[in-house]
Amino acid sequence: MPVPDQYGFFIDPTRCIGCRACVQACAECDTHKGTPMIHLEYLDRASSTQTMPMVCMHCDSPTCAEVCPADAIKRSEDGVVRSALKARCLGCNNCVLACPFGVPKMDSDFDLMMKCDMCYDRTSIGKKPLCASVCPSGALFFGTPTEIEQQRPRSAPVNRFQFGAQTITTKVSMMAPRNGRLPRIEVTECLYDPATDALDRMTASLFESEGM
Amino acid sequence: MATQPAATRDILEHFGPHCAYAVNGSGAGPEADRLVKTHCCFCGQQCGIQLKVNGNRVIGFEPWEEFPFNRGMLCPKGVKRYLQGAHPDRLLYAYQRDPAASGGFRPLPYTEAIKQVAAAIQRIQTQYGNDAFAVLSGASLTNEKAYLMGKFARMCLKTAHIDYNGRLCMVSAAAANKLAFGIDRAANPWSDLISAEVVWISGANIGECAPITTHYIWQARENGARIIVVDPRITPIARTGDLFLPIKPGRDAALFNGILHLMIEHDWLDHDFIEKHTIGFAQVAEYVREWTPRRTAEITGIAERLIRQAAEWWGTARTSFLLHARGIEHHTHGVQNVLGAINMVLASGRLGRPSCGYATITGQGNGQGGREHGQKCDQLPGGRDITKPEHRAHVAAVWGVEPNELPGPGVDAYEIFRKIDRGEVRGLLSICFNPKVSLPDNAFVGRMLDKLEFYVAIDFFLSETARHAEIVLPGSLHEEDEGTVTQVEGRVIKINKCVDPPGEARQDWRIVQDIAAALGRKRGFTFASPREIFEELRRASAGGTADYAGITYERIEREFGVFWPCPSEDHPGTPRLFEDGSWNPVARGQGRFYFPDGKARFHVAAYAPPAEDVDSEYPIILTTGRVVSQFLSGTQTRRIGPLIDQYAEPRVEMHPRLADRLGIADGEWATIASRRGSCTLRAQVVTTIRPDTVFVPYHWPGARSINQVTIAAQDPISKIPEFKVCAVRVFKAESAPDDEPEE
Repeated sequence: MPVPDQYGFFIDPTRCIGCRACVQACAECDTHKGTPMIHLEYLDRASSTQTMPMVCMHCDSPTCAEVCPADAIKRSEDGVVRSALKARCLGCNNCVLACPFGVPKMDSDFDLMMKCDMCYDRTSIGKKPLCASVCPSGALFFGTPTEIEQQRPRSAPVNRFQFGAQTITTKVSMMAPRNGRLPRIEVTECLYDPATDALDRMTASLFESEGM
Repeated sequence: MATQPAATRDILEHFGPHCAYAVNGSGAGPEADRLVKTHCCFCGQQCGIQLKVNGNRVIGFEPWEEFPFNRGMLCPKGVKRYLQGAHPDRLLYAYQRDPAASGGFRPLPYTEAIKQVAAAIQRIQTQYGNDAFAVLSGASLTNEKAYLMGKFARMCLKTAHIDYNGRLCMVSAAAANKLAFGIDRAANPWSDLISAEVVWISGANIGECAPITTHYIWQARENGARIIVVDPRITPIARTGDLFLPIKPGRDAALFNGILHLMIEHDWLDHDFIEKHTIGFAQVAEYVREWTPRRTAEITGIAERLIRQAAEWWGTARTSFLLHARGIEHHTHGVQNVLGAINMVLASGRLGRPSCGYATITGQGNGQGGREHGQKCDQLPGGRDITKPEHRAHVAAVWGVEPNELPGPGVDAYEIFRKIDRGEVRGLLSICFNPKVSLPDNAFVGRMLDKLEFYVAIDFFLSETARHAEIVLPGSLHEEDEGTVTQVEGRVIKINKCVDPPGEARQDWRIVQDIAAALGRKRGFTFASPREIFEELRRASAGGTADYAGITYERIEREFGVFWPCPSEDHPGTPRLFEDGSWNPVARGQGRFYFPDGKARFHVAAYAPPAEDVDSEYPIILTTGRVVSQFLSGTQTRRIGPLIDQYAEPRVEMHPRLADRLGIADGEWATIASRRGSCTLRAQVVTTIRPDTVFVPYHWPGARSINQVTIAAQDPISKIPEFKVCAVRVFKAESAPDDEPEE
């Protein structure tokens, strides 16, 4: 049974709290137990708590499949790009290098390219992907375009991406804020200024006592 | 006497913590033969979850999308909670301390262990008096167990000294809510959040400590709400909030007073509400006159323009919801901080209506129910007061004893340890509490455990505290028993049993009843099931503020939980408190709040600096908290491999401005030292924290425990310890801490 047409997968990084419920849930799948296929990373923890979850975008013309010398990567009629077929995959890593979103991983334990297949075992029987089911922030959402339009008025889905000369359209959408950029907060710009002077005084006295 | 019986390394080898993992690889594991609808065992959100069970083993989870609070959503702890079952560290037998045994404890038959416990209790109480034996209980227990622990202490042991680890959690909020509203519960269901115009979040790291609430906040924002976050750190929820106020730890009351000052100055007040439904406003208005924006900025360390902006948004909103958590409560002025927040809410008049709300975000699994039914030192079931004659009479009648047989109020959990120091408490029974990790200045706690003549711990794993016990009784995991808990909104929900306790382990309520029987005091402790305990709890709570009389197991399942107060079976329950025309047993129609005149109370929220302010010797503020992958003292979550892998070790967060001055680079070892102790951890250098403050999560024991450093100063009213602020020095460590595990 195919993944129902009316459902889409939407990623909204502004909502992500980095809790990794998606990663922990993905690793529960019986086909790759213990190995999550979803990526979740801090963009730059030194300056922000912003995290970014990344599932396979399920491209309409998947680059991974195009570069595969063994024709091991199949896109099903419902638009889901599947992990490499075990019988065909050479483990050559072409797909890993070519994917513009950096999604597929070479799993040496399995000797196979593996990636997010939108929980095909769940979505093909009417369930949601496990990551989108558990995500407590709504950063990962599986539902209809009508639901997303009603529930997310501040942002709009985008599924057309430009990588140099390459234009890619995808089954999965990224939610982009409608009114431009989000403000970036700096702690030091939010302080009452003399408070930072106090820090200088305090730490100065600390260094004197340390003889530094 | 009760020092650890063997070297820590030896104990660790036998009792863990070891990390449990699922068996990795492809291919289907065992099939689930049933799915059990229940709730997560961890925080106060109590998310609905379905556990997959095969035989007598929990093997995984499925989302429970019909449960309305979380609709299938979970945090990583919920996803991996199933790994605590069938764990190699699970206590399968009763144990007796035995330095000659490997691991320091030898198994002994359960019945023999119960006999020894009863004999020790009898000996200590005969020799030193009933109050020389104390009970420490916990807020992760079901309502039934919490109720039974209170009854056991008062009626069976006849000791005044029972308290619980909610003392480290939400007691400041509880005390302030009772002072202001006469009742201690979230005023609104979370569904009121999503349509509020302004959501004010003070001292609540929602993304990590109450992850499911995030969805409500973001939905409010989608609907146009402005999100104001007050926190010393840019937490995940603060990152994309609309206004961030990086408050200096320990200054919350100052900020709330400053906001109220501006509300009064600009007449952003609901005069009609203040007049009709409150008393005490004039006095508070007089007090906040001195809290000018300039002074508020100086004290709180927040830019004045942000304080003005926050006041304007809050002041001019038509609807709003104020949330707070431990960030404003873990203070020697925790009650004052909460009163300050409540004053802002009362002055706005935005309470008791749809989209107009106020709540503390309860932390522990049964943080709400665990603080209602009599395991607090000054409380009887139904939120009743142990000092009030009519309250004592009601509960005594349910228990079939004379009111004068009930002991008076006891002391708080930390004071119980001071009583051990003074020789006034000689014996201890603990359940669901790991104070050697969770209490401040925990070197003192360890010494006090060593000083006890007898200590018995009921636990499912050998916690760091239980290692000091003479006898350890094997209790039950969450999934091995049924019962009710009351989650963050005040919704009473049902925990369902998935599996039987393994080996000689048994349900905690059975263990407590076995002790009562061995003491020859069976009367009142012959319940055959949690349901029977709940039926008595309903009667004991009837007529109290936390009235469960109309709640049944069947209704809970049918209605996805029932909100107390619910005085009769035909009563729908009370999702939203303080509504116009609402009736309560204290006001009896006089008004919506739980006082005889029906009016809420403004209280002056007096600001004072923290118990230990910074000085030239200890110039940096330490604040502590949690990470999303661990829960409280970690007894369970430090045994779940994938959660440990997510965040393996506590790190000390510091701003690069501070790190540069200290000569510490990201990932280097840094020592945090206070007047109590020190702790050496890797630095995490981030711009997301105030430069005068460092942050460390507290879930770890021994050498990695930041509670070696924290201060045991307590709020005079709520007795909550000041975990959120003390003074430290931070310096680069010459080398990694000693490899030898000291925990």
